[in-house]
Amino acid sequence: MQLASIHFKQRASRALADVRLQSAIKRFGGTFVEKRAAARAAYGAAAFEELRDASAEVRDRALEDLDAWLLRFEAEATRRGTTVLWAEDAAEVRRLVLEICVRHRLKKAIKSKSMLSEEAELNPALAAAGVQPVETDLGEYILQLADEPPSHIIAPAIHKDQAQVAALFEQHHRRPPSGDIAQMTREAREVLRPHFLSADLGISGGNFLVAETGSVAIVTNEGNGRMVTTLPRVHVAITGIEKVIPTLEDLATLNRILPRSATGQDIENYFSILTGPRRAGDADGPEHMYVILVDNGRTRLVGSELRDMLRCIRCGACMNHCPVFQTVGGHAYGWVYPGPMGSVLTPVYNGLENALDLPQAATLCGACHVACPVKIPLPELLRKLREQQMERGLRPLGERAALCLWAFAARRPWLYALGARIAARVLKWMGGTRGAIENLPLAGAGWTLGRDFPAPEGKTFRELYRERRPAG
Amino acid sequence: MRVGLFVTCLVDLVRPRIGFAALNLLEGAGCDVVVPAAQTCCGQPGWNSGARSSARALAEKLIAEFEHCDWVVVPSGSCAGMITTHYRDLFPGEGAWLARCEALAAKTRELTDFLVNVARLERVPGEFLGTLTYHDSCSGLRELGVKSQPRTLLAKLPGAALKEMKDCETCCGFGGTFSVKFGEISAAMADTKCEHVRASGADAVVLGDLGCMLNIEGRMSRRGETTKVLHIAEVLMGVGGVEVGGLRMED
Repeated sequence: MQLASIHFKQRASRALADVRLQSAIKRFGGTFVEKRAAARAAYGAAAFEELRDASAEVRDRALEDLDAWLLRFEAEATRRGTTVLWAEDAAEVRRLVLEICVRHRLKKAIKSKSMLSEEAELNPALAAAGVQPVETDLGEYILQLADEPPSHIIAPAIHKDQAQVAALFEQHHRRPPSGDIAQMTREAREVLRPHFLSADLGISGGNFLVAETGSVAIVTNEGNGRMVTTLPRVHVAITGIEKVIPTLEDLATLNRILPRSATGQDIENYFSILTGPRRAGDADGPEHMYVILVDNGRTRLVGSELRDMLRCIRCGACMNHCPVFQTVGGHAYGWVYPGPMGSVLTPVYNGLENALDLPQAATLCGACHVACPVKIPLPELLRKLREQQMERGLRPLGERAALCLWAFAARRPWLYALGARIAARVLKWMGGTRGAIENLPLAGAGWTLGRDFPAPEGKTFRELYRERRPAG
Repeated sequence: MRVGLFVTCLVDLVRPRIGFAALNLLEGAGCDVVVPAAQTCCGQPGWNSGARSSARALAEKLIAEFEHCDWVVVPSGSCAGMITTHYRDLFPGEGAWLARCEALAAKTRELTDFLVNVARLERVPGEFLGTLTYHDSCSGLRELGVKSQPRTLLAKLPGAALKEMKDCETCCGFGGTFSVKFGEISAAMADTKCEHVRASGADAVVLGDLGCMLNIEGRMSRRGETTKVLHIAEVLMGVGGVEVGGLRMED
């Protein structure tokens, strides 16, 4: 997906003005939050918090010896007939996939949802090389028709309403429109089925990589993941290096908290553990299985002050609970990963200077941290990115000057008291008889565009206290 | 019990009456309250913006000003949270400062938490005839666990009926400098909060943080709504009846 995070403010502005998008957001808004809360209550709140601790421990254990677990995964997977490849960056992912296509003379790729393939901008590269990519996750399929990127990592087309989807189907399927959602889903199934059956390449992501067995674990609700990874001759799983976990037992732990945190389900409809290609005597499965382990900036996080971010299991809970994401939607963030986790990953993977607004566009409310199944301290990571921006001189001069001035005055009580006395009077006067200021100058305009600023009482607490409690 | 009152920069500048309400409540609860005269800001704006050294300088100042008190009480979840949760992050590896941070953190409380769990306030001076709804400010809720304390106090308020609103724990959009840096998004979030307040049918929304209060009040004002926006300290003292040393404050 092309990087547009530098345009966050404009994109957010457009999103706020987009009535249809706001409707779609509000309709979906609380659902995942409610469902997760219900799942957590059903599991038992105390037990759920213990599960979060256990899940964070699994992830930390893997990350502490990431290189060793990856090598173990490679050895076990290779032993079972999987070819393990390593890709440093997006360009290498594309190169490796296209080489596989040439090697096996592949013509059509069916894809289950893979955020890594978005990172690698894989679809255009496939198409240019004469390999037709077809998305099979219903949301991704809809977006492929619309030529739009995903706006949420679990529910990619959440920004589209039913009418928009119906219009896309009518345009691309060239049939009279189906009636309700159930019929539209059936229509999509009918259109996709021939692609499933005629594809020679299946491309998937990987929810987890299990080192002890060399397996790729994939979860979907639609069953498309299962078909993509077993029907075509060749299966390629593309995943980030941070996804490795030591054992199947660890997989069981994480797959208890992943579905509950993502959609409030106890378990996903389809849960596949893929361990090598078809063996002699197997009824189905690909002839060839590849796993591409991708860095693309992840090693930059290892051992860094932001390393907790690598625990992420891509559940989407943070963005579901984020009041900013729920106000502007996912496209404003301008890259593959939106919301709180995207606000950390986008600058880290693409350069701090290319996503300056993302770590700033948060109130640090902490809802994401509370919801994260692996207890990533997202607000603190965002704050650290703000610190990095400050240290590298990436903040506007006005902002740095204002903070400097504030700290200078706040350390000198006499100066501070004087400034506050003046400000209290000026602002009270500006508030007039209404007691509300409608226009503040400079940075204050950011406030008053959409709100009044309540006028101060006119004297400071310090002054009044001295007047009324002269004894102190 | 010698209680140091940290009024916060916003209260000092914009709403001194909240400071006096807190003062009255604490004295009414039997506390001997001091208001260190040199207090200014807890350093949170610098901390949240990534300006570590200025945040540290203000932390050093505040620690020195308040550490002699038995308790430090703050009518703000975010400032109390800054002191108790984040001050230690400003002095990594510095044993002496860390000890002072921990000592201060152990005795610093948000106002309602202090009134309920330390002062064990039985009765509140004010009354409110009508329905109230409570907005849970993010820092107070998630950093300090302030949830039941304000509700316990409001339940003691004669005449008041508490009605919870939808998404009472969702951020109002203030977020400090976020409110001006991303004013459009911030105002939209405030608008959503105002909608929920309105839908609750409450006569007033009560909260524990002046930042949230100014944000919500400002958006209410722009929307032309008449719902009152009140700090819990003023509500508990009886709005319009805040006395300071026998003198009734001008409203």
